[in-house]
Amino acid sequence: MKRDGYAIGLRAAMAVGYAFLYVPLVCVVVYSFNASRLVTVWGGFSTKWYGALFANGPILEAARRSFAIAAMAATGAVLIGTLAALALSRKPPPRGQGALSLLVAAPLVMPEVILGLSALLLFVGMQQAVGWPAGRGMATIAIAHVTFCSCYATVVVRARLAQLDPALGEAAMDLGARPLAVFFRITLPLIAPALVAGWLLSFTLSLDDLVVASFTSGPGSSTLPMLIYSKVKLGVTPEMNALATIVIGVVAVFVAIAAWMLRQREPVAHDSVARNVRPGAGSK
Amino acid sequence: MNRARWLVTAVPLAWLGVFFLLPFLVVVAMSLAPPAPPGHSPLPAPGELLRSWAANGLDWRHYGALFSDSLYASAYLNSLLFAGVSTLACLVLGYPLAYGIARAKPAARAVLLLLVVLPFWTSSLLRNYALIGILKGNGLLNQVLLATGIVDRPAEILHTDLAVYIGIVYGYLPFMVLPLAATLMRLDFTLLEAAADLGARPFDAFWRVTWPLSRPGVIAGSLLVFVPAVGEFVVPDLLGGPRALTIGRVIWTEFFSNRDWARAAAVAVGVLVLVALPLLWFERRGERGDAAT
Repeated sequence: MKRDGYAIGLRAAMAVGYAFLYVPLVCVVVYSFNASRLVTVWGGFSTKWYGALFANGPILEAARRSFAIAAMAATGAVLIGTLAALALSRKPPPRGQGALSLLVAAPLVMPEVILGLSALLLFVGMQQAVGWPAGRGMATIAIAHVTFCSCYATVVVRARLAQLDPALGEAAMDLGARPLAVFFRITLPLIAPALVAGWLLSFTLSLDDLVVASFTSGPGSSTLPMLIYSKVKLGVTPEMNALATIVIGVVAVFVAIAAWMLRQREPVAHDSVARNVRPGAGSK
Repeated sequence: MNRARWLVTAVPLAWLGVFFLLPFLVVVAMSLAPPAPPGHSPLPAPGELLRSWAANGLDWRHYGALFSDSLYASAYLNSLLFAGVSTLACLVLGYPLAYGIARAKPAARAVLLLLVVLPFWTSSLLRNYALIGILKGNGLLNQVLLATGIVDRPAEILHTDLAVYIGIVYGYLPFMVLPLAATLMRLDFTLLEAAADLGARPFDAFWRVTWPLSRPGVIAGSLLVFVPAVGEFVVPDLLGGPRALTIGRVIWTEFFSNRDWARAAAVAVGVLVLVALPLLWFERRGERGDAAT
């Protein structure tokens, strides 16, 4: 009897939690099809805000720019993050491992406002001292994004490396494989899922970043979050509902695919999900 | 071959050294720089700066301002308060979620976990925008409160501290739930049956068995929420009122509105010393503790 009471209480608490997470998203989706400009009045079904969104040149251009920056940042972050993860999991520790582990952990606890401010001061100082980078724009945003995203990529790849059986590499060496061959034919294929996870995580973090981009961008290189921020600051605009609905839809499709793929390889699945998603923590 | 091995450490070390560590030295230098003469770049050249320091000493006026102007102290305190209370609220809301996920059947568990993660992968700005629509004077929350007779005129929620708490909890709840669920999933639930067999009431069993065993998850989740929440800019800026000043907002305003780079740098150094370095120390100590067990 009493146990049922606890079970019902737990279900109710879970329902509250999921409702809290999803009611705002559902509202945005519903109102994106609202013909009325007033968010509180239902004026009938309409897709006109989607039309308005796709006719909005600045938004489309900023979206293209943000996707390009995110792709560059994610690729760079995975390259640097993988090297860092390899260096950190090597035994015996190579020279500089202590310094590297500190430098990889620090950006994760640093407020993004400070990351943005310090990156900007560096770019300005470098421009004055050596003339590069000449002005700020996509390149400086991408460099700043690579810097903090690489720390997240390191966490993801390192978690995967820690699960690898060192005997695999040793066996390959015993059979005469050189270290580089061991890396490309044994280690790399085994950590490939973590590289994909790290890339997607970095891509999302870069695409979502307002603060660092605001500091490191220059005239004419506004990213999508910068544009959304200025629009939201001015008030609620119905096109944003349409944009949010598209983002939610795309993410939902990706998550559904991920869920389906996890089903295919059950027992290890949830644990590695929990572990891989967990480091998605710091910055935002 | 030796060179290749060395590059594995050197490349990330060099990148982070140039683009993460070096900028902090620039920030520290900037915070101690004398006022730039009109028409000059606000950032002095290194040689000029060293000459000025040699002649006049370091310029501490911005650090003096951090102490004399109560705006800065209240911004630091506000940030810690917002982050601390929100972390507790995340724990209260997230613990049952994580517990329910851990006790669910494996197939349901994967779906429940993905449902927690999904909002994180969407844009945080757009999620804050969604909250504005719900919290504002004629938004959904007020309509529900009015319809149920809890209030008789629209409550003011948006642009209050309450809205900031709601926003931070909404944004960071997944970071609390995931490590908690991961810890609880490894928990041996037959321990609870043993406790019950030995006569423990459900609450005692929870308090004396489940809670202590889930502590690593509680600590990990709390850090994952607290650390980014301290420096949060977007939530207090979009949902909070003008008095919801946090360190993130103060640095932003000093830089973008007042164009006082040196003051912004001094505030940043203050955050570094008071917040970021202690957190880094705490996290690394925890990491070493994990490695030891």
